Amino acid sequence: MIHSLFLINASGDIFLEKHWKSVVSRSVCDYFFEALERATEPENVPPVIPTPHHFLINVLRHRIYFVAVIQSEVPPLFVIEFLHRVVDTFQDYFGVCTEAAIKDNVVVVYELLEEMLDNGFPLATESNILKELIKPPTILRTVVNTITGSTNVGEQLPTGQLSVVPWRRTGVKYTNNEAYFDVVEEIDAIIDKSGSTITAEIQGVVDACVKLTGMPDLTLSFMNPRLLDDVSFHPCVRFKRWEAERILSFIPPDGNFRLLSYHVSSQNLVAIPVYVKHNISFREGSSQGRFELTLGPKQTMGKAVESVLVSSQLPRGVLNANLNPSQGTYTFDPVTKLLSWDVGKINPQKLPSLKGSMSLQTGASKPDENPTINIQFKIQQLAISGLKVNRLDMYGEKYKPFKGIKYMTKAGKFQVRT
Amino acid sequence: MLGMSANSVSYNEQGSVESGVDAAPWFLCRNEDLKEMLESNKESLKLEAMKRIVGLIAKGKNASELFPAVVKNVASKNIELKKLVYVYLVRYAEEQQDLALLSISTFQRALKDPNQLIRASALRVLSSIRVPIIVPIMMLAIKEAATDLSPYVRKTAAHAIQKLFSLDPDQKEHLIEVIEKLLKDKSTLVAGSVVMAFEEVCPDRIDLIHKNYRKLCNLLVDVEEWGQVVIIHMLTRYARTQFVSPWREDAVFDENSEKAFYDSEEERRVDQSKPYIMDPDHRLLLRNTKPLLQSRNTAVVMAVSQLYWHLSPKHELSIITKSLVRLLRSHREVQYIVLQNIATMSIQRKGMFEPFMKSFYVRSTDATHIKTLKLEILTNLANEANISTILREFQTYVKSQDKAFAAATIQAIGCCATNISEVTDTCLNGLVLLLSNRDETVVAESVVVIKKLLQTQPSQHSDIIKHMAKLFDNITVPMARASILWLMGEYCEHVPKIAPDVLRKMAKTFTDEEDIVKLQIVNLAAKLYLTNSKQTKLLTQYILNLGKYDQNYDIRDRTRFIRQLIVPNEKSGALSKYARRILMAPKPAPVLQSAFKDRDRFQLGTLSHTLNSQASGYLELSDWPAVAPDQSVRNVEVVEPVRLPLRESESEENSNDSNKSSSSQSEKSSSESDSEKKKKTLKNKKLQQQKPDSKDRQKRIRSTCLRIMQHNYSLNYYLPPQIIQKTLNIMTKYILIHIVLSISSPFFVNCMCSLLHLCVFLACQFDAVSWPVRVSLQASSPVFVPETSHELLHRMTGKGLSAQYRFTRQPCIYGNSMVSLQLTLSNRTDQALENIHISEKSSTGQNIHRFNAIERLEPQASVTVSMGVDFNDSTQTANFQLCTKEDEFSVSIQPAVGELLLPITMSEADFTKEQGKLVGMNESSATITITPENVSSQSVNRKVVSVANLGVIPSGQENIYRFAGKTVSSGSLVLVSVALKDPDAMITINTEKTVMGSMLLRQVKTALTNSGP
Repeated sequence: MIHSLFLINASGDIFLEKHWKSVVSRSVCDYFFEALERATEPENVPPVIPTPHHFLINVLRHRIYFVAVIQSEVPPLFVIEFLHRVVDTFQDYFGVCTEAAIKDNVVVVYELLEEMLDNGFPLATESNILKELIKPPTILRTVVNTITGSTNVGEQLPTGQLSVVPWRRTGVKYTNNEAYFDVVEEIDAIIDKSGSTITAEIQGVVDACVKLTGMPDLTLSFMNPRLLDDVSFHPCVRFKRWEAERILSFIPPDGNFRLLSYHVSSQNLVAIPVYVKHNISFREGSSQGRFELTLGPKQTMGKAVESVLVSSQLPRGVLNANLNPSQGTYTFDPVTKLLSWDVGKINPQKLPSLKGSMSLQTGASKPDENPTINIQFKIQQLAISGLKVNRLDMYGEKYKPFKGIKYMTKAGKFQVRT
Repeated sequence: MLGMSANSVSYNEQGSVESGVDAAPWFLCRNEDLKEMLESNKESLKLEAMKRIVGLIAKGKNASELFPAVVKNVASKNIELKKLVYVYLVRYAEEQQDLALLSISTFQRALKDPNQLIRASALRVLSSIRVPIIVPIMMLAIKEAATDLSPYVRKTAAHAIQKLFSLDPDQKEHLIEVIEKLLKDKSTLVAGSVVMAFEEVCPDRIDLIHKNYRKLCNLLVDVEEWGQVVIIHMLTRYARTQFVSPWREDAVFDENSEKAFYDSEEERRVDQSKPYIMDPDHRLLLRNTKPLLQSRNTAVVMAVSQLYWHLSPKHELSIITKSLVRLLRSHREVQYIVLQNIATMSIQRKGMFEPFMKSFYVRSTDATHIKTLKLEILTNLANEANISTILREFQTYVKSQDKAFAAATIQAIGCCATNISEVTDTCLNGLVLLLSNRDETVVAESVVVIKKLLQTQPSQHSDIIKHMAKLFDNITVPMARASILWLMGEYCEHVPKIAPDVLRKMAKTFTDEEDIVKLQIVNLAAKLYLTNSKQTKLLTQYILNLGKYDQNYDIRDRTRFIRQLIVPNEKSGALSKYARRILMAPKPAPVLQSAFKDRDRFQLGTLSHTLNSQASGYLELSDWPAVAPDQSVRNVEVVEPVRLPLRESESEENSNDSNKSSSSQSEKSSSESDSEKKKKTLKNKKLQQQKPDSKDRQKRIRSTCLRIMQHNYSLNYYLPPQIIQKTLNIMTKYILIHIVLSISSPFFVNCMCSLLHLCVFLACQFDAVSWPVRVSLQASSPVFVPETSHELLHRMTGKGLSAQYRFTRQPCIYGNSMVSLQLTLSNRTDQALENIHISEKSSTGQNIHRFNAIERLEPQASVTVSMGVDFNDSTQTANFQLCTKEDEFSVSIQPAVGELLLPITMSEADFTKEQGKLVGMNESSATITITPENVSSQSVNRKVVSVANLGVIPSGQENIYRFAGKTVSSGSLVLVSVALKDPDAMITINTEKTVMGSMLLRQVKTALTNSGP
């Protein structure tokens, strides 16, 4: 399956290579570089690149290309999904997945890659199992290891590998038993010029952080499970129980994991929490353009809209922008023509606005399209779909855990066409 | 600490030339230092050194000369150090094979370790060392690990199978045995890995799956996610060969059959074809994969989706839609693949994705390839009902800053306009508006699309053509200009005033235009000349003159051609009459169709589908069988308990028989009835056991024959000697012959033969009913035995002893898997040579049956001895020592591939049937031009059988010659057919031994192309 893996940074240097079968010369990456050169943006590199003898499948995360070399037929998603899993694992181990972090921990990276694939076929990708095989590097452990001479590598087969619950190891112990669940919803929307919604949908996830002793068996139920139209589960969730009773029943993995991701049925009208008033215009023959933007809250169920960030790719003809924000700060990059405005919190009494003028290249004709505005925001303590957790119960263990649920709504791909 | 050292390494590296000479001294001292660390006594220093070395490997630097120092630490107690050494070893073992062998014993010891993790990692590393010499050790280790108690070790064994297979494909047969064993494994941990091995090693052995099918379906939910993907893909392939198609034309009808029943009279029901009933196993697969649509792993969801796409009844397909749309929320790369698959699906089934149309709306932040795919899908989804929404959406895209995307949108609008006739006019008007766009690419694309659209209905659109003529001066993109000119010419009758004026303008600028524009100018001129020669005659002459002296030869050619065609002169009489019909012929409108139209030839979700070209290792999805193969093959019975009681009952029956036969002595009829009975018994037995393996089968035949003999030995009737001879010949295969020969009394021989005859009769009966494979393997005597002998030892090198060998092409008497050889030893000295023998120690792996030592060979005398060599179906040379009393000579025998075969006979029907099974990678073929003297049937036969020891199959067709044989060691079928198509000949070789197949092909090719005897 996967022959080799090359890690390539933004400037086009191969800074790590790993081979699971015979060594593939790194010159194979030349085909990738060719594709990279042809692509105008880093994201435009095609994920699958055929070469005379190999196929290169790449993913771009954290400005690093993970390029897998394949020699024969394999489902491409298999490779892509695996590469993303590798990135997730690195992030889990080192906190961040950057070139520097990988270079600093090159030995752990190598050990991880060795365990994750055998002969190009995934062997252990469950973070729980990996952590038993190779302990994540921490400062304390490094110190202890240098003194005692012990290692980061486990000597026994992780218990998870053989059990029916491979995601959980046995013998977990905590003094404070706690289980936290975050319900995070994202709104994807396209709003047209006149402010009406073209498309809007809600995608949500339930992320969990479970630190419980022993082998707890949890059930989580929702007040309104009918809202969930399409769901995908962590393997720990018992599917039959969900089908029959709409209850999430599971033995949780230890630590952080994504329990559930869902899609809210499209029949329900999606509440759009912000509105944008805009007036962006260019006059024919003039080197000036007008820019006016006002944000306001809408259908927020009384909650504050926070961490608002507006960004927009202005037309190529724009040389500079001279704007005046009523709150927050704005930046304009004259090279990439990217305007971003960090608004912060929206105060309903005093709506934030950004007004001013843009200077255009003299002689250039008026851009025929107005820019799209991308908006990011967060609303705490609110699941915009109205989803509510009913109760969380624990079986199988005697102690009383501390339970917590948090709701949050975020903007996903939220675009306003102007 | 490590980080720092790694950084310093990289600094030094960047400074120096990658592989240059400057790097060498620096490397030397650096590695000296590492070597010292590795050789120290302190574990921590060694570990530090190994970490740095791994850092070097990770950067792709060469650290191979540290191999000896590193390999010493392979047995270290420190597990991290050991693992790092493993990493190093796997990386460099291929380059340093000899040194790598030093570590093997450590792994062999570790394979016996009580800790399963250590056993497994030892097997992992051992199998990852790509050193051909250790293939037997690997094989042994895999076989052992496959029966390990720990499922984790068994999983590792399944992975090792693939590694060994890629290292040495000749091990295939043995590996299939291991795969067969592991497929039976009930552990979820093993299932995915062994199916992966199956797919890699023997994807065509679908028969191995039958018994495990239901188990795999039931385990599927609990298998780890990566295994799920592989198993689902394999089961998709399997299901397409085993179940009948659920996509019946009347499927919809069936759903309403209840209603139909009440509405109509009985007869109509009877008339209806049998309603489709899904095989319960087919249903099981669909049912058990459905929950996996909820998996968090996108590859699993995609795999299930493609399974439903390829296997489920059409009305159940809709359940995959939501899951696929959900995947669109995932990473960019996932989106790309999923959108591609949706694009293919949406061509065939619009309805599936129409409710989710808005999910495919393009966002300005999407990557270009994602945008194009979404556009493609939206175009596919367009219908009368939603076209207005889609067109409104497209209008936004046309204004996009990404001009390539805008151009693609215009193409898409064109597609919609041709597909949905209601909106053609709207689209055209919209496109015409775009002609005044400022961007060149947009305008150019619009012109091209308008041109295509106008071709479908030109008459109503003369005003559009006029409009385009007006804009012509402002358009600079050559493709667009050419398109407008073509339109003018094609429809010059609709714009009789404007066209000549355009031509006039073009005549002015002809020399400055691009080539494709020039061609169209010439075209326009010609067309106008034909329709309106009064106004344009001079202009045309002028343009043709310009074209005549153009730099581009295409234009010169075109000009010359047009001139001959349209300007009447004495030379070009006939053609110019038709000039009008040639140039002004109505042209069919171009078809605007999706780029994804032909992708459905590939299985969805595969790499080949993504690339739209077949990737190596792609396994074709077969068409549904017309009639479902036997369902009962998937019935899992516990094999042993069924067999044993059966045997007992059989022997009981047999004992009854013996009683009976003893009572009715020497009666032929009774023996016949007896045999009838046995036949029944055997048939029963056959029904119980569908797929006995070949050894088992042989054993059973043998035991059956023996039993019949025991029962009937009192019978005595005469058989003509030729029949005895024939029987003996046929039965050579079974060791029975030894028994017959060992009984010397003529009385016994007679009765034995009659029994043998019976056995043969029975066996044949058997074969005709159920075992086609067995029939095909009837050994026969060689058709042709070449007289040529080869030099083994020259008398000069052999100090007077010379030896020659030749292949006798007979089954070897020393062992079933040996090739028999005849050795002629001659003494060319003037003294007697004593004690000529083959040395006991054989240098290579081949199993050699030595001839008995020759005590004494007189001067100038020669002696012929026979020996057997097991070449193991490969043309590797067999090396051994030929010894006399004083000397030892190393000699070697290199067999030609044709000598590794034994001829067999089979019927033509069996031949074609077997050939049908050995297709795909098992087939190699070549077309040659045959020399005339080889065309006759005798010469083809002679040539082929002289090259290879094959049996000639009587052929019913003229010009097709068939030959069959089996490999000596493994008994795999080798089928050769030569089809003559004057003057070409097509040679096809079908065998599981693909390597042998291709070698044989080469030899047959040369034999048939060479002239001479």
